[in-house]
Amino acid sequence: MARAVVTVPPQARRGEIVEIKTLAQHTMETGFRRTQTGELIPRDIIHSFRCTYNGTEVYRVELHPAIAANPLIAFTTVATESGTLQFQWAGDNGYTVTEIAPIKVE
Amino acid sequence: MRTTRRQFLILTASTALPATATAQIDPNMIANRKAAFQAALKRVVGDAKVTHGRVKLTLPPLIDNGNSVPLSVVVESPMTDADHVKAIHVLTEKNPLPDVVSVALGPRAGRATFATRVRLADTQTVTAIAQTSDDAFWSDTAEVVVTLSACLEDGLI
Amino acid sequence: MRLRFTLLFACLLSATAGGGEIPLSERRSGYELMSRETQKIQDDDATNPGTLWVLDGEALWSTKSGAANRSCADCHGDARQSMKGVAARYPAFDAVRGKLLNLGQRIDACHVERQKAPRFAYESKELLALEAYVARQSRGLPIAPKIDAKTNPFLEAGRKAFHRRQGQLNLSCSQCHDDNWGKKLAGSVIPQAHPTGYPIYRLEWQNLGSLERRLRNCVFGIRAQVPEFGADEFVALELYLMWRARGMKIEAPAVRP
Repeated sequence: MARAVVTVPPQARRGEIVEIKTLAQHTMETGFRRTQTGELIPRDIIHSFRCTYNGTEVYRVELHPAIAANPLIAFTTVATESGTLQFQWAGDNGYTVTEIAPIKVE
Repeated sequence: MRTTRRQFLILTASTALPATATAQIDPNMIANRKAAFQAALKRVVGDAKVTHGRVKLTLPPLIDNGNSVPLSVVVESPMTDADHVKAIHVLTEKNPLPDVVSVALGPRAGRATFATRVRLADTQTVTAIAQTSDDAFWSDTAEVVVTLSACLEDGLI
Repeated sequence: MRLRFTLLFACLLSATAGGGEIPLSERRSGYELMSRETQKIQDDDATNPGTLWVLDGEALWSTKSGAANRSCADCHGDARQSMKGVAARYPAFDAVRGKLLNLGQRIDACHVERQKAPRFAYESKELLALEAYVARQSRGLPIAPKIDAKTNPFLEAGRKAFHRRQGQLNLSCSQCHDDNWGKKLAGSVIPQAHPTGYPIYRLEWQNLGSLERRLRNCVFGIRAQVPEFGADEFVALELYLMWRARGMKIEAPAVRP
């Protein structure tokens, strides 16, 4: 099942700034909502996102309950060399998702 | 029968007592959230000065739905090793929690930019703060008008 | 005095029916009434949360399921060919059951009868994923439900339901969506209510949902009794809505406020 989807241009010129868009499927339960009978629904969110480029971290995000459900994270990175972009999401209750995307740089 | 002053005081005191009244709205909510925002701001910048500029925070002025508001931040910066943005923070003053998101980045990002979708509890001012490599702080704010949906329903009907 | 009474009575009469239909050329998708920012979310598959469900549906399409251990692909092949145009002509008449089925019910029927699997729960992630995937194959195609001797009775039932006042607020669908579209209702813009984008990612739900779920919200909103999921009256209403939107392009999966 698609836990997350990443959109990365498959190739780029060396030094070019490429746009990356990521979507993760997650309700991002804030911890402030209540059930019909008044009980608090516990917080359950993605709290971290990390992008590494051939193993080197290039972008990191700390998410809070104010981030909308099915979080979108869009950013840029410099196409330095061919290789693999790895995207990791971590959240409450042991949530962890990893996606990879190849990038060809000429 | 008119309530005597004594009876009134006893009445109000007894309703103010239960600390476990969980679903009641905090009468000091606005003040508390403003204070939380100030505390979060202090946590991010410490005692440093924050200059308005270089940061462009974009939010739609009138949103379709407060559950999901597109937000983007762009900071003017050459993004070189010597001069780049190393962190971007977004804060609110009326949400239950002041922190929205924090980004750690560097020259590898190419552009100091970030976009996501956020939840906004009420019409308010949103603040974006950028920390540059020389540990200076820059900021921008945006006003958003948030209205409730016309036909509210709770959960899956 | 008598003239004034007649005029007032005439107004009330027309108000009861909810006015006339929107002229075909004046029909607008709910897309056009959204902010530019929300439109952009829908336009880009990379930012449209519906994409997550479409991808799930694509995976489910090829997954063997049920006692028959069959996948959708085993019978229907590549959905990009076989499902093209399908969502645009649903709800459709099912000869075996002798009744109208909407797309979700049709998918569920296959799941139960052909895959020999237990029924999908209404609004379940799997059913919505399959609906999203199937509907996606009709994106850009004109809505074209088949109206003939078999489906006409359902169309008329749906038309009546659309024009019937109901609930504590005593409103008909037509009064808002034919007579007052484009105007504001407590901060929200009233759309014409064309089902061009279902299943939609609704920002209010922060989730993907079916047309039926949306209709239930509306009915609840006017404080009328909400029928059970799968109620025949809703399917008939869906047919009327699709007929009312005939020719308009499918946008699935759309994003709506």
